[in-house]
Amino acid sequence: MERRLTGSANNAMIRKRYRREARFKAYTITALFVAFGIIAAFFTDIIGQGHSAFWRTEVQVTLDYNERAERIGRFALAEDMREIVSRGAVRSIPLEIRNNPELAGIQREIWAPAYSRIDQYRKGNEALSPELAAQVERLEREGRIRTTFNWAFFTSGDSKLPELAGIFSAAVGSLMVLAVTLAFAFPIGVMAAIYLEEFAPDNKLTQAIEVNINNLAAVPSIIFGLLGLAVFINTFGVPRSSALVGGLTLGLMTLPIIIISTRAALRSVPDPIRLGGFAMGCSRWQVVRDHVMPLSLPGILTGTIIGLAQAMGETAPLIIVGMIAYIPEAPSSIFESATVLPAQVFTWASEPRKAFVEKTGAGIMVLLAILLTLNATAVLLRRKFERRW
Amino acid sequence: METQSTDVTATGSQTMAQNQDTSPVANEQATPEVKMSARDLNLWYGDTQALYDINLDMYNREVTALIGPSGCGKSTFLRCLNRMNDLIPQVRMKGQVSLEGEDIYDSSVDVVQLRTFVGMVFQKPNPFPKSIYENIAYAPRLHGTGTSRSELDDLVESSLKRAGLWNEVADRLDTAGTELSGGQQQRLCIARAIAVNPEVILMDEPASALDPLATATVEELIHELKDNYTIVIVTHNLQQAARVAGYTAFFHMGKVIEFNDTDTLFTNPAEQRTEDYITGRFG
Repeated sequence: MERRLTGSANNAMIRKRYRREARFKAYTITALFVAFGIIAAFFTDIIGQGHSAFWRTEVQVTLDYNERAERIGRFALAEDMREIVSRGAVRSIPLEIRNNPELAGIQREIWAPAYSRIDQYRKGNEALSPELAAQVERLEREGRIRTTFNWAFFTSGDSKLPELAGIFSAAVGSLMVLAVTLAFAFPIGVMAAIYLEEFAPDNKLTQAIEVNINNLAAVPSIIFGLLGLAVFINTFGVPRSSALVGGLTLGLMTLPIIIISTRAALRSVPDPIRLGGFAMGCSRWQVVRDHVMPLSLPGILTGTIIGLAQAMGETAPLIIVGMIAYIPEAPSSIFESATVLPAQVFTWASEPRKAFVEKTGAGIMVLLAILLTLNATAVLLRRKFERRW
Repeated sequence: METQSTDVTATGSQTMAQNQDTSPVANEQATPEVKMSARDLNLWYGDTQALYDINLDMYNREVTALIGPSGCGKSTFLRCLNRMNDLIPQVRMKGQVSLEGEDIYDSSVDVVQLRTFVGMVFQKPNPFPKSIYENIAYAPRLHGTGTSRSELDDLVESSLKRAGLWNEVADRLDTAGTELSGGQQQRLCIARAIAVNPEVILMDEPASALDPLATATVEELIHELKDNYTIVIVTHNLQQAARVAGYTAFFHMGKVIEFNDTDTLFTNPAEQRTEDYITGRFG
């Protein structure tokens, strides 16, 4: 019997074909590994630099509310501890005494944050003078120095003292900015998209609008910053650096994204649903409200969340409208000066002090965690509410 | 016979032209009451003409089937009857369509109102992605014909009963309409159309997406609905037309070639092209 399926005249050609395929597959896998390697290197670097910021060194000290401490807080510390304990821990003592005179003359034992260079020394990042190093050694032996979780990083705002600097005020700022962005861009974007997709006639004007919206989504964000500066601050007098102006500026930037994603979500609603509505005697508005919107809402929300996530990571336009300010206290309204997480990271990254390097890394980690959470929410929403028909 | 086919087309359109002078009304029996009628209806999609001088009567409480090869204009014509073509931007229309003598294209006619009189069922079952109950209660609530909960309950029950679906879904009115089988979905769509209490129901190939068993159920249903509603049905399935329709119109290339009671049209067609189509020579 002649075997036609194994071994044939054009065997060489077939083998060549397989070789080509194998080579091509190798290229694609290499590309994947390069991409993955870059991401892995990035994460390793960030986490390697940033993880230590979540821990801080504390020292057990005795505070002596003596007469001199009534004027300068540092005098509440024993002389040998003044180089060890952060002055941020004692600077409020004069105020405390003034508010509560009964404190005068008493002594208190507390765990106070150490100076950042002590903290950095214990983390192995910085050297200390031999005397100070010896003193830290002694404190370690006496059990009067410890490492704890750095809650202050999450509960306090920016500070010139690295051991006290945290992301709280920036996080509040980011939240306010996002709220303004959402309140501004979501209703306008969704309404505009509904008009374009469901009501507008298909003519030159609407086509021109469509092209321009797509172009708008591709405009570099810094230009939106300039627009925000010109329109909101210079023309309408919105307070500079405020969450309001930042949110409005980012809203301008997010608007085209929301319009485009909403239109895509509306377009994905099958036409028979609309026809069914019309055949029941629905007006166009009733078809949109009762049939199209419920089906497209998950898509609209997903697009909005992705747009917001992008806005949240945006820094350039916010620098233009002055949101790069030093904000130690969280803003209490959208009219006050504020900063946002990426701007805070930017500020820390430009600090020369070693202790801010880990703050930068930790800030990036928090920012990434929030963005991943937002994107995961978008995916979950889509999964949960996606309906089949 | 097959070699003659080109000549046949030519003579056919001549006969068609003659037909225009007198309205094509079914012969022999006493003329039934006309529910809807089209007069000299022409329709264009942009520059392409889709319907040519359609004259057709649909009789009260009868099933009228529209048959013909794909692209012959039968669905387009059906959509003229409840002005669904209004939704397509480039459609232009000339001529008259009337419901009991009232011109439905008159500028004073409210489309929303018209569609409560002339309901529609589509080719692919398209229940709303809501519960079975909501699918039916939706339109009455919208039009204010049923407002109280008990009124709606009754309406849902009676509509489902008329559509022959009640026994299958009575205990699960809260499940999504989209979870029913294809045939059930289509009957739900029919129930939904009935709930508005229309006088005419248009059906665009209502059984073409269903399996034979579900098709039989839907056909039976159409037969029963005839007692209360005027039904116009587009179908590709000639047996189906023969089974459910009292009258049949044969469309070809945007024209009504022949209209007659179904028995006559199928057993003794006047036109060569009708015979060619129903015997499967083209289409």
